[in-house]
Amino acid sequence: MAEIDSTIEEMLVPYPDLVKKNRKKHLMVKDEAAACCPQIEANTRTIPGIISQRGCAYAGCKGVVVGPIKDMITITHGPVGCGYYSWGTRRNKARADDTTPKDKIFTQLCFITDMLEPDIVFGGEKKLAKMIDEVVAAFHPRAINICATCPVGLIGDDINAVAKAAEERHGIQVLAYNCEGYKGVSQSAGHHIANNNLMERVIGTGTERKNGKHVINLLGEYNIGGDGWELERILKEIGYTVNCVLTGDSSYLDIKNLHLADLNLVQCHRSINYIAEMMETKYGTPWLKVNFIGIDSTNQSLRQLAQCFGDEELVKQTEVVIERETARIAPVLEQYSKILKGKTAFAIVGGSRSHHYQYLLRDLGMEMIIAGYEFAHRDDYEGRQVIPTIKSDADSKNIPELHLMADEKMYREAHVHLNMSKEKYDELKKAVPLNYYEGIYPNMKEGQVIIDDANHHEVEVLIRTAKPDLFLSGVRDKYIVHKMGVASKQLHAYDYSGPYAGYNGALNFARDVVNALTTPAWKLITPPWETKEEPRSETHA
Amino acid sequence: MKRQVAIYGKGGIGKSTTTQNTVAALAEAGKKIMVVGCDPKADSTRLLLHGLCQKTVLDTLRDEGDDIELDAILKPGFGNTRCVESGGPEPGVGCAGRGIITSINLLESLGAYTDDLDYVFYDVLGDVVCGGFAMPIREGKAEEIYIVASGELMALYAANNIAKGIKKYADNGKVRLGGIICNSRKVDNELPLLKAFAEELGSQLIYFVPRDNLVQRAEIHKKTVIDFDRTSGQADEYRNLAKAIDNNKLFVIPKPMTQERLEELMMQHGFLDVI
Repeated sequence: MAEIDSTIEEMLVPYPDLVKKNRKKHLMVKDEAAACCPQIEANTRTIPGIISQRGCAYAGCKGVVVGPIKDMITITHGPVGCGYYSWGTRRNKARADDTTPKDKIFTQLCFITDMLEPDIVFGGEKKLAKMIDEVVAAFHPRAINICATCPVGLIGDDINAVAKAAEERHGIQVLAYNCEGYKGVSQSAGHHIANNNLMERVIGTGTERKNGKHVINLLGEYNIGGDGWELERILKEIGYTVNCVLTGDSSYLDIKNLHLADLNLVQCHRSINYIAEMMETKYGTPWLKVNFIGIDSTNQSLRQLAQCFGDEELVKQTEVVIERETARIAPVLEQYSKILKGKTAFAIVGGSRSHHYQYLLRDLGMEMIIAGYEFAHRDDYEGRQVIPTIKSDADSKNIPELHLMADEKMYREAHVHLNMSKEKYDELKKAVPLNYYEGIYPNMKEGQVIIDDANHHEVEVLIRTAKPDLFLSGVRDKYIVHKMGVASKQLHAYDYSGPYAGYNGALNFARDVVNALTTPAWKLITPPWETKEEPRSETHA
Repeated sequence: MKRQVAIYGKGGIGKSTTTQNTVAALAEAGKKIMVVGCDPKADSTRLLLHGLCQKTVLDTLRDEGDDIELDAILKPGFGNTRCVESGGPEPGVGCAGRGIITSINLLESLGAYTDDLDYVFYDVLGDVVCGGFAMPIREGKAEEIYIVASGELMALYAANNIAKGIKKYADNGKVRLGGIICNSRKVDNELPLLKAFAEELGSQLIYFVPRDNLVQRAEIHKKTVIDFDRTSGQADEYRNLAKAIDNNKLFVIPKPMTQERLEELMMQHGFLDVI
């Protein structure tokens, strides 16, 4: 404890007093003696001059939430770089299925209006309208997304009017997202904007419920490296019908029918909790926070999920699958954990992963001693019970909040969704934390550190002083950390690997981490001129 | 190139008319002048060219790409003045401010600013609403500014706001306020009010242009007064204004006033005490 305190102290030394005061509010050391979770400051502006790891609202809307929808064409309205550098970087995989043939999948393509100086001066609306006409003629998509970039907001291009006119011309939905990069304080604003539009315009417009006894949605799963496919494999085998994975490998058709499922599972709470909450309000659909990263946490999530339906057969089949998969995976992990036992890790990533991966690391005998989020809110750290106490500020007020009511025709009570009596549902709620997320804090251990909106300076100090064996973050700090002699995996896109979710994912992750930690490259990290040995004289024949 | 002058003022105050008549008077006196219209409406050179400029910088840029000849955008006007219009988007779309920046940069790269010029005049739209409209007073451009105003409160209010913008650039650069030009609206006590206003800013009322319907008649004929009726008294007024600018030595960093102080001035000198 004392050691980590001095590490944090060292990290704060170079800051001016005001910055130090501010950054201290974003830091927390777990103290198990404390009665409850202390308050952490989150989702507030990054201090100017600090190299933040955050993205922008456009990245959150296009890059995270709407980009992976496979049968929609997502047009970036802006300069070419915004499109190019957000293209394919998250490795959201997609494949054809019963309702979406191969030629209706567009996620591997990049659509951008390529605004140039004349478009800024004279407005880009005509160019955007023309592009919509062109993509409709060339690709016949089922629907189109338009994502705004910064200059679009500055010059006031009315993308909503362009979208509306295009809908009338082409008879398909054209959704416009006012996700200009500068909105909000991080990509989190973009998630919210994307959630709002999908909720208002798409969800609830379909009428076909998929066949099956228990139909579920998996929200906040983006199928990075095929995570969603591994989870679908497990869920289907147990007996669920997965209506839609939102938005990894999802189709517009399935999103329209999202409201016809019985239960929503929420994997990434930060990016998708808005839809989960709004569907609860509008349709009565209950939701369950799950974590399919790690064997124990996958097993626990599957058991809680099975309980939700009060179906003995389902519970039994869940145990069969858990037993078989665990028996298959555990011995292999055991081998890996011989190498990894006692090793430490940092994770500074996203708004959910730093929590999720703690379980998988523990399966391998490792501990995440420092966990941080780039763009999380207080509820992701402290639990959803703090939501009513979160003060809104100018930045959060800038993002529209939808105030939905129960749908007159389609609202059904949660227990009706789960096909059980009200009494049984009330009992279930005591056993399973429905419609709730406890945040990262309860899972942390004494002396472990939580850090919000960490920056490159802080990361470097922490790596140097707390010396983890593994660093989990993004591509920006990956190589700096490598140069400091510490293995690093980037969890935004899993480098070139994956899936990391579910049972097979745990195996992949364990293999990749062992490879990363044991590569002979670490012996070569010190250049010869920094070693004490005299350099050998080279002899040339 | 000796002097670069920017003319600002409230919309509709008569900036373009005053600028062109002044330029016509200077041209008549043998000065070599370029007029750069910085208004998307592109009507800053209409009187000098005897009609609207047919091809603005931005129109040309859009239609022909950046491979542009200077002759395509720089048109000779009254008294061998060189006239160019920045142009811009239609109202309500795009970014007119960015347009000004783009077109002035293009003029520079095409070599429009030649050494033989005595004056470059920038006629800038309304208020300094964004960075684009401050382009003419950035480093290396206009170093003297004249604000056209009248005795009406809103005209003075706008003039005071423009002074704030000038101060910002003046503090870090060479731009200075050369004076206030009154384009009379025949408001009561206009002359003393404008004098007091200019002095409060630390500047001067450089000239008081009386109201004369001849200006409107000349405008209908697409001409400056000097061009339309060179022997008229109003033509002499503009010649005097031109002379005052040509001989001006008082260039200051303005001291803009608070809204309260401005209203006080109105009470002291303006029409308010007449009521």
